[in-house]
Amino acid sequence: MEPYLFIIFGLMAVLSALMVILQKNPVYSALSLIATLGSIAALFILLKAFFLAFIQVIVYAGAIMVLFIFVIMLLNLRKDEFGPEKRKFQRLFALIFSAFFLIELFIIVRYALLGKIGKTLTIEADFGTPQAIGRLLFTDYLFPFEIASILLLIAMVGAIFLARREE
Amino acid sequence: MVPVSYYILLSGILFSIGVLGFLIRRNVLVVFMSVELMLNAANLALVAFAKEMGTLSGQVIVFLVMTVAAAEAGVGLAIIMLFYRNRKSANVDDGNLMKW
Repeated sequence: MEPYLFIIFGLMAVLSALMVILQKNPVYSALSLIATLGSIAALFILLKAFFLAFIQVIVYAGAIMVLFIFVIMLLNLRKDEFGPEKRKFQRLFALIFSAFFLIELFIIVRYALLGKIGKTLTIEADFGTPQAIGRLLFTDYLFPFEIASILLLIAMVGAIFLARREE
Repeated sequence: MVPVSYYILLSGILFSIGVLGFLIRRNVLVVFMSVELMLNAANLALVAFAKEMGTLSGQVIVFLVMTVAAAEAGVGLAIIMLFYRNRKSANVDDGNLMKW
């Protein structure tokens, strides 16, 4: 069952990611990105990251993408303002660069990763549950956790300060 | 059972699509979405490795990455609003004040 689900959601993620960068209208791009994030949440469940899958849906697909849509609405963009890149050589260069990047990654996975790891470890019953992650967050990762809360506070103050209209 | 290398390859494909979108698109919002796509591809790789190694540390790091992504989205979208207010455009090529 897992291989089929992996193929289905992997294909969905890749196709909707392509839609994100190929759509002319940013609203459609944002909606495609929500589909990508949903597929990645499904892949998280396949990887036994249940808590993260829900956080992905709530925080990313819920909160962050609503913020995106909100800003798209506020900017009220005209059609001519989001035309594709006109310079052909730049697009060609970008395509070559990202293809090169992908090939590099394939080579790394092929020679360094494939078959090297993959010994069947015993995974605990509570792997990926909120309890297990919460226990780790409040013991080993307490300091990063507190720093993250300060970061969120600073981001909130910064966003309010930046978006404020000058008097 | 799907091997971890397939997940890493999928993550790499998503990351490359994000890089491509970042480079070819001129709309500042779509560029920002491409950055989010790259962050998610990295998260997928981290979760795949966490399952492979049998430790939860990778998942905790993904949790922290999501926190940073939320902060980044808030501040980034505020900057995009300011950019639009000052330049009356959402094209990244109009932000050329510090261009050499």
